[in-house]
Amino acid sequence: METKRPDPDKLLERAVSEEKRQRQGKMKIFFGAAPGVGKTFAMLGAAQKRREEGVDVVVGIVETHGRKETETLLDGLEILPPRTQHHRGRDIREFDIDAALARNPSLIIVDELAHANTSESRHKKRWQDVQELLCAGISVYTTVNVQHLESLNDIVRQITGVIVRETFPDSFLDRADEIELIDLSPDDLLQRLKEGKVYIPEQAQKAMENFFRKGNLIALRELALRRTAEQVDEQMETYRRDAGVRDIWPAAERILVCIGPNPRSIRLIRAARRMAAGMKTEWIAVHVEAPSHIKPSEEDLKILAEHMRLAESLGAQTVTLTGYKASEEILNYARQRNVSKIIVGKPTHPHWRDKLFGSPLDEIVRGSGDIEIYVITGDAAETTAKSSARPIPPQINAKEWFWCLGAVSICTAIAGFMFPYFDRTDIAMIYLLGIVITSTRTGRWPALAATLMSVAAFDFFFIPPYFTFAVNDIRFLVTFGVMFVVAYVITRLTLQIRELAEASRKRERSTAALYALSRELARERKKGRIFDIAVKHISEVFQSQIVILVLEEHGELTASETGVGTFAVDQKELGVARWVFDNRQSAGLGTDTLPGAKALYLPMIASSGVVGVVGVLPENTQKVFDLENIHFLESFVNQTGMAMERVILAKEANEERLKAEAQNVRNTFLSSVSHDLRSPLAVVAGAASTLLEKEASLDRPARLELLRTIHEETDRLERIIRNVLNLTRLESGAIGVKKEWQALEEIIGVVLNRISERLNECPLELKIPPSLPLIPFDTLLMEQVLSNLMENALRHTPTGTPIEIIVTPQKSAVMIEIADRGPGIPVNEEEVIFSKFTRGTNTRMGAGIGLSICRAIIEAHGGRIWAENRKGGGAVFKFIIPIEGTPPHMISEKELP
Amino acid sequence: MTENQAIVLLIEDERQMRRFLRVALESEKYGVLEAETAADGLSQVATRNPDVVLLDLGLPDLDGLEVIEKLREWSAVPVIVISAREKEGDKIKALDRGADDYLTKPFGAGELLARIRVALRHASPKNQDQGEAVFVAADLRIDFLKRQVFCGTRKIHLTPIEYRLLTVLVKNAGKVMTHRHIIREVWGPLYVEQTHYVRVFMNQLRKKIETDSTRPRFLLNEPGIGYRFKE
Repeated sequence: METKRPDPDKLLERAVSEEKRQRQGKMKIFFGAAPGVGKTFAMLGAAQKRREEGVDVVVGIVETHGRKETETLLDGLEILPPRTQHHRGRDIREFDIDAALARNPSLIIVDELAHANTSESRHKKRWQDVQELLCAGISVYTTVNVQHLESLNDIVRQITGVIVRETFPDSFLDRADEIELIDLSPDDLLQRLKEGKVYIPEQAQKAMENFFRKGNLIALRELALRRTAEQVDEQMETYRRDAGVRDIWPAAERILVCIGPNPRSIRLIRAARRMAAGMKTEWIAVHVEAPSHIKPSEEDLKILAEHMRLAESLGAQTVTLTGYKASEEILNYARQRNVSKIIVGKPTHPHWRDKLFGSPLDEIVRGSGDIEIYVITGDAAETTAKSSARPIPPQINAKEWFWCLGAVSICTAIAGFMFPYFDRTDIAMIYLLGIVITSTRTGRWPALAATLMSVAAFDFFFIPPYFTFAVNDIRFLVTFGVMFVVAYVITRLTLQIRELAEASRKRERSTAALYALSRELARERKKGRIFDIAVKHISEVFQSQIVILVLEEHGELTASETGVGTFAVDQKELGVARWVFDNRQSAGLGTDTLPGAKALYLPMIASSGVVGVVGVLPENTQKVFDLENIHFLESFVNQTGMAMERVILAKEANEERLKAEAQNVRNTFLSSVSHDLRSPLAVVAGAASTLLEKEASLDRPARLELLRTIHEETDRLERIIRNVLNLTRLESGAIGVKKEWQALEEIIGVVLNRISERLNECPLELKIPPSLPLIPFDTLLMEQVLSNLMENALRHTPTGTPIEIIVTPQKSAVMIEIADRGPGIPVNEEEVIFSKFTRGTNTRMGAGIGLSICRAIIEAHGGRIWAENRKGGGAVFKFIIPIEGTPPHMISEKELP
Repeated sequence: MTENQAIVLLIEDERQMRRFLRVALESEKYGVLEAETAADGLSQVATRNPDVVLLDLGLPDLDGLEVIEKLREWSAVPVIVISAREKEGDKIKALDRGADDYLTKPFGAGELLARIRVALRHASPKNQDQGEAVFVAADLRIDFLKRQVFCGTRKIHLTPIEYRLLTVLVKNAGKVMTHRHIIREVWGPLYVEQTHYVRVFMNQLRKKIETDSTRPRFLLNEPGIGYRFKE
């Protein structure tokens, strides 16, 4: 007994689909058994009611078929003008999806869901238009008849004998939020038909003889009722699930259907879909790439892809397996996936083949164990119809035939030499060897020919009577037979092994290609490089030209600049890419959406959404990607998308970190600066208020002392502000370093002049070599470095001790030292004092900013600044300015006018 | 009734600044006019005919540089720019467009008054002919007729360029001269971009006429702008 406990995956799935649904529009389907039951009428009636309720209702397209009652119901409803298209010599009115999306109503009326659009339209089918409307958040009212349902298609054909070409997938019906069955008894419908309420009289007569026979109508009605009942049942189940009724979780059943390029497969697919829907289980469509089918014709591949697509559109998961024995592969896979039922087709080939080579069906049945096997018949009429449209092109490869002929000739020659000395059995062996070698090199037909030729040659040359095909001894016929069968079996086996090896090599290549891409992508940190890599790999593997489109800042999709292997995207193609981006679905060449596009476009889906679109233009324009190829391409594209997302996320995280860091720096900086600013301000404010309030009582020396304090402190304030401003400007890049060839003595002079008053207290020792070359630096910034260092020295050196300035030219640089006899720098703080927010522990007020601006300036000049303690006490600040470039040319005075 | 009765027009939008300037100027017996906007300032120049204009570059209604341009279209009144702007480029632009001198905020009253005196002297008609044959500043003496320079009693030998450089600065003593201006006067307009010429020759000149060339007494450097001869 299997346990019935809630599947966490399903819970998650439900949560996700729920969320998706909320953003999407709601769909109500007015479902009928046959034309004329009054679906459109009911739909328009409901629309009118909604309009009266104040809902923004628009009629997208409605076919009234000239019915008066229906037309009156259109009164007062806004009708979108249809797109008129000239198709096969007549004008056809088509639903205008772009106009509908632009109008963006809350509810739109779109009649006849199963309608097939003209080839110029965006989608092949109208239901795809509806799907897009729903995705855009627009609710839809639509109508459809039961005969258009994909899975009922062949049943309907069996009942009515009419092939319905306009179909739509069952999965789309399943996603309807509401289904309203418009029911009319067959008698009433026929009555309406007779009254001309459905078709104009002559058409009605014709219709009654064909489709509208009473028996048909009863059967169709039953189908419609049953389908609706199923739907209601499903809704009930969903409701119960939502309501927390746990009991009804279905047992984990899975259905597997085996399909191939054979047209019978369509029937199998539909049967599987019906069974899966009835049991409310998931189902898998499997195709086994068995070696004998390894080189199917292009036509077969196309049909197979179509079948796979059909299965997918009906809600199946599609899988392609590779293996020598189809039965084994299927059973293994079925066990792996816990499949409970397998659906296979009834074999159509002659019975003797199964007896000779084994029957896959037999093997499946025998090996199935507790898996149930359903065998379903094919449809002969369809098979022949389709197979006649499928010519098998004989592939003639001269080289292979040459091999075949050559092998037989050589074998005959060797056998000729051996004949006098060896037995006939050994001669036969030589031929077998030749056949084995041939089959390792050639295809099926040359190998078979080699077998036949070998038998013939054996007979002709070595069986008496010699040099005739006649045979004396009837026993030799047995020898020929055995020889032929052995040779044929060997050929087949050899070919199968070869083809299997080739198939797995192909798989391996695909996997390796994907792995190579992801490995290369994993190393990249730049968007541009990721695109280059993706373009390179995808174009190589798929022999196509690739373009990667990403959203630019202004919200438009733009082809990214990549190297070789891309193609230009014109405005029309860009529209396709845009659609893909907005709808997160592949479109263009080889798909059902906008198949007229010259390239295939796939969305790059990453965890956070669509990050771009990849366009794929096959080099061979005749080539259309099959489903497997598209899946494989999707893996490539999604790998790229994920790599891109990783880069984007990494960039964002980095930016975030930098921002936080900068914020932190700013905060510390601000608090440090405000401290430095506040202390001189406090002194100024205090001194000024004393002067104001106590002016009368203060004597002259006291007043002067206060005034001098104010003057000095404002000086200090000014210096701090200048430092702060320059530091922030330099760091933000607002001021650049304007290097000019300057005389260093001159700038030292400016600084000394500025502080000349304070220099009276300390003797200054200048050691500047007399012939100092011009040095490239920014005057104003260098002036600030020098004055900050001088300030620093003055502040720390005790009165009366000397301050030294020493300039030493070096090889292509110059070193400047400013030394004092102060307390020196505390051990291990030689570096810290240059950081922005530190002040030396022994009250180096404001030096933090002063020294850090010095460092910033010197480093901006490509130089270096550091501090040391001097022998005999005191600190020395040293910096080096490189002399780069060629000094300016000086013309001598004699050359001047 | 001396030259100190000269009238100074303050074009400055900040009230506190005007108050400080008025006190400083009136203490030196200058007549003071005030204008808060460029438009008001320009009309006062036209109607009140001030002797010196103190112009703030950051005015609410018009950029200071444009004020100078407009003013120079019809008036030769000395203009001293006062600006908090750190950008040296603005100061050079102001000087190139016809300002006579500049002061960077914050500045002391003494500095301001000295600049006003220089501006007034250069503007006064008796100096226009430049007829003085001998220039004396401290122990530096220049005889323009004989093209000789003395430091105390010691005669100093100058090359022709050095002599030209010295005379250009001396004739504009007290005023700042931009690098370009000096080069144009001394070397000619072809060399205006070669500002290092001035630096090299100024260095040579300092070594000849200054007692301590690293702490010059006369030939002052205005970093990033030019030079000024200090009397």
